[in-house]
Amino acid sequence: MIEGLLVSIYVFALAILIGFEVISKVPPMLHTPLMSGSNAISGIVLIGALVIAGQDTNTILTTWLGIIAAALAAVNVVGGFMVTDRMLQMFKRGPSNKPK
Amino acid sequence: MNTTDVINALYLIAALLFILGLKRLGSPDTARSGNIMGATAMLIAVAVTLCKTEVVSYAGIGIAIVIGSTIGIILAKYVQMTSMPQMVAIFNGLGGAASAMVASAEFNRLSNIDTSIDAHVSITIMLSTFIGAVTFSGSLVAFGKLQELLVPSRAINSRIIKTINPCLFLGALGLSAYIILTEQNSDLFPILIVLSLILGISLVIPIGGADMPVVVALLNSYSGLAAAAAGFVIDNMLLIIAGSLVGASGLILTNTMCKAMNRSIWNVMFGAFGAELVQGQTQDKEGRHAQSTTAEEAAMILAYAQSVVFVPGYGLAAAQAQHQTKYLADILIERMIDVRYAIHPSRKNARPHECTSRRSRSTL
Repeated sequence: MIEGLLVSIYVFALAILIGFEVISKVPPMLHTPLMSGSNAISGIVLIGALVIAGQDTNTILTTWLGIIAAALAAVNVVGGFMVTDRMLQMFKRGPSNKPK
Repeated sequence: MNTTDVINALYLIAALLFILGLKRLGSPDTARSGNIMGATAMLIAVAVTLCKTEVVSYAGIGIAIVIGSTIGIILAKYVQMTSMPQMVAIFNGLGGAASAMVASAEFNRLSNIDTSIDAHVSITIMLSTFIGAVTFSGSLVAFGKLQELLVPSRAINSRIIKTINPCLFLGALGLSAYIILTEQNSDLFPILIVLSLILGISLVIPIGGADMPVVVALLNSYSGLAAAAAGFVIDNMLLIIAGSLVGASGLILTNTMCKAMNRSIWNVMFGAFGAELVQGQTQDKEGRHAQSTTAEEAAMILAYAQSVVFVPGYGLAAAQAQHQTKYLADILIERMIDVRYAIHPSRKNARPHECTSRRSRSTL
C-alpha cells in the first residue's frame, strides 16, 4: 500500500508540473473557454463517483452519496464540454465574419 | 494481460488525451479540437471505469448518468452566450460537490467497516471534502454575483469577514486533524462539511462582481485539486492525473487572467475594493479601458477579430512603422477582417505619411 502511495505521489507531482507548463500565452479571448474546458475535465471525479456508487460493500448512505455525486459530476462533464464547444464555435470563420 | 492492465492502459491514453486537449485549448486554431479531445478522453475514462471489477451494480449509476447528462445538455443548450461565466461557475460548483461527496461516501463506508483507515486515506478524505465543499458554496456565491441574484454583486469590505475567514480555516484544519488522529470519529465529520461550506461563502462574498471570472478560474483550480485528492482516496491514477492537471493549469490561468486586468491574485482575493486602476491601464468615462499587451497576444487577438481600427499616432511615425502597419493591414484584409483607420481631425493634414495605406476601405 505504501509503495502504491509513493507511485501516486510521483504521478501527482509530475501531473502538477505538466499542468503548470501546459498553459502559456493564452490570449484573453480564450480565457473563458479554457476555464470552461478545464472545468469540464475536472468533472473527471465522475469516475470516482462511479466506482463508489457501483461497489457492493456499501452502506445505503454511501451508495446514495455516490449516485448523487455521479449525477452532479455528469452535469459538470456534459454541460462543461458542450458549453465550451458552443463558445469555441464563435471562432469558426462563418458567413457572419465576412466584411460588410 | 488481464483486465486491470487493459484498464490502466486505457486510463493512460485518456490521461494523455487530457494533457494534449488542455494544451490545444490554449490556442485559437486548435481550441475546438482540444475540447473534443478532452471529451473523448472523458468518454474513454467513463467507459473503462464501468468495466472495472469493483463496479457491480449499474442501475443507480445508469439513472444518475442519464439524469445528470440531460440536465447538462439542457443547461448548455439554452443558456445565453453572455451568461457563460455563470454557467461555468455552476458546473464547477457541482464538480466540487461531487468530489466532496465521493470523499464523504468513502469515509462513511470505511467508518462502517471495522478496520482502521490508513493515514493517507483519511488525510486526503478531509482535503477532498474541505476543498470540494469550499468550491461548491464559493461557486454558488460566484454564480449569484454574476447573475445578480440574492447576493449583492458589489465588493464588500468588511472587517468581520476578514477575521472570520482565518478562524473558519483554522477551525476546519483543527477539526480534520482531530478526526484523523482519533480515527473513525464520524460524528464530527458533518461539522467539517458545514465549516467548509461557510468558508466558501465568506471567501467569495466580499469580492466584487467584476472580479468573478477570476474567482471562478481559481475555484476551478480548487475543484481540480479536490478531484485529485479524491483520486488518492479511492486510489485512482486517472483521477489524480486529470485533477492535478486542472489544479495546476487553473492556477496559471487565474494568474494570467489577473495579469490581463493588471491586478494581482492577492489583490483580487483580499483587496475587496473593486477595480483599482494600476499602472498601464487607462479608463474613460464609460468605464472602458485600454489595455497594454504583448506582440504575441496582440497577434492572436487581431487574427480573430472581425473589425480592426488602427489609430496611428506620433509613435508610429517616429518608429517609421508605416510599412509594417500596411503589411499588417494587408494580412488582416486577406483574412477577411474589416480594417479601418481612425485619425484624429487635428492630425489629418499634419502628417499624411502616417496613413499611407491607400488600399484600405477607410472612410477618412
